[in-house]
This record gives sequence, structure tokens and C-alpha cells, in this order.
Amino acid sequence: MDSPAIALGCCFIAIGSLLKNLGFSIQESIFSTLLTYALPGSLVMAESLLVGASLVNIFLAVWLVNARLYPMTVSLMPLLMHESQPRWKYYLSCHFIAVSAWLIMKSNHEKIKKENRIDFWIGIGTATWSVAIIGTIIGFISSDYLNKDMMIGLAIVNPVYFMCMMVGAMKTIQVTLSVILGAILGPLFFFITPEWSILFGGFTAGTIAFFVGELNDK
Amino acid sequence: MTSSIVIVILVTSFATYLSRFLGVVSSESIKETSKLFRWFNCLAYSTLAALIARTIIFPAGALMETDYFIRFIIILVSLIIFFLSKKNLVYPTVFSAVILSLLNSFY
Repeated sequence: MDSPAIALGCCFIAIGSLLKNLGFSIQESIFSTLLTYALPGSLVMAESLLVGASLVNIFLAVWLVNARLYPMTVSLMPLLMHESQPRWKYYLSCHFIAVSAWLIMKSNHEKIKKENRIDFWIGIGTATWSVAIIGTIIGFISSDYLNKDMMIGLAIVNPVYFMCMMVGAMKTIQVTLSVILGAILGPLFFFITPEWSILFGGFTAGTIAFFVGELNDK
Repeated sequence: MTSSIVIVILVTSFATYLSRFLGVVSSESIKETSKLFRWFNCLAYSTLAALIARTIIFPAGALMETDYFIRFIIILVSLIIFFLSKKNLVYPTVFSAVILSLLNSFY
């Protein structure tokens, strides 16, 4: 009993009902989860729509909050690549890179032979993606029955789940330091620059952790 | 579908896919044993930790209406449950949702 589906499902139920309240139709909500499949991005989109931001602003805000997907991709894809596999698989399946699937793959990749990893990844990705879409539909349909307290309960599931998974992944000095420093510096940088806090805080924390880890190995 | 919402969705998904796509392009020339790879590994974990910490401390949306202290206690207890349950992910997540819903309806 270790299912990521519960946490992931809860998050997208929250998104589904949020999008409904914003005036999205059910097709549009599904379309959004299907194409974006990154929770913070969808949240930013929803907030920007509420304040009536321009398309350029929406693009920049989403890009900023989802730029973390770049280091996530670079630190995952080299583990999955194998010369026997066609390249289109990488470009197609990188769409599944989101926190839940990424953390699952990072903690399990060693158990799978390298030539099979990308196919395993596509399996995980499709499964988590489907859960997200089903969650969105459930959230959309049930939004009238969810009261505010239940929505708040759903909203905490995502951070709690990710935090437990990150703590569970702290097996090397570099990862442990990255997680701890990131968790401290991210909020600290928020006081200086809210939009850039995740990128600046993450960059600083990760770089410090990298150098400390490298020095320690010598 | 309203066309403006569809355009917003397309813009959002393009902005999101861009980072993933560029990540794969870079990955083609990065070996998993290289220092660069290890550095990106640190960056990935630290940006994620920064994002999660930010959502807990400076939340957007529904969580904004909860007390800072209550959120802190719930996170702490969830972590303890996580370790007590031998790193089970279901117990702490279900616990946090139920307790926060209940606490928030009382206060």
C-alpha cells in the first residue's frame, strides 16, 4: 500500500473543481490537464486568469514556475536513454515529467535494465497521467459538493506527499543537502523576489549541495 | 469551448513543455556519470524542495486560509507518521487531509 494515486488524484480533484469555478467547461478542464500535466503551472494559469493577465504574462509566469522541469528532465533522461531505443520516445515521454512520476522513477530506476527503462517510464507516465485526468473529471463533477474545508484538506495532500517522498529520497549527502537547503532557501528568497524565489533559491541550494558533496567524496 | 480559454491552455502547456523539451535536448549530450549530471541532480532536488517549502509557507489558493501554525504542526506530524509507518505514503497524506479539514472547520 504505497500508492501515489491517492495524492495525485486529490491534487487534480482540487484542480478540476477550481477550473470549474473559473468557468471552464469539462472539455476544457480535461484538455488543460491532458496538455499541461504540471500542477503548479495549472495553478498559475488559474490565478492569472482570475486577475485577467495578458497572454504574454501568463506564458512568463507559467514558464517561470515550471522551469524546474528543466533540471528534472536533465537529471532523469540520461538514466533512461539507451542506444537501442528510438529518440522519439524521449521527446514524447518527457511530457510525463512531473514531480510524482519523476520521484517514482528516480527511486526505482536501478532495478530496471537500462534498455528497458524508457518503456518502464512510459508506463509510469501513462498511469500517473491517467490518474490526473480522472482526478480532474471527478473534481469537476463533484465541485458543487465539496465545501471549503474539504478543499483545504485536499490542498495539503500534495505538499505532504511530495515532502515525504523527498525525505525518503535523502540517501546521499548531495541529495540530502539539496533538499534541506532548498527547503530553507526557497522561502527565504521569497522575501527578496517572489517570482524568482524557487529558481534562485533552488539554484543556490543545489549548487552548494553539489560542491559540498563533491568535496566530501574526495 | 471558448476560444480564449483554449488559447490560454495552449500557451500554458507550451510554456510547460518547453522546459521538458529543452531538458531532453541537453540530456542527449550529458552522461549519467558526469559531474554536470550530478550537479543537475542536486538542482532538481533543491528546486523541488524550494517549491514544496514555498507552497507550505507561502501558499496560494485554498491553503491561504489556514493558520500558519496549524500547517506547521500537520507537516511535522505527517513526517513522523511517514517514518513510523516505515515510509508509507498513504497514511501521512490521508491523515493530513482529514486533520486539516477537521481543524479548519472548528477554528
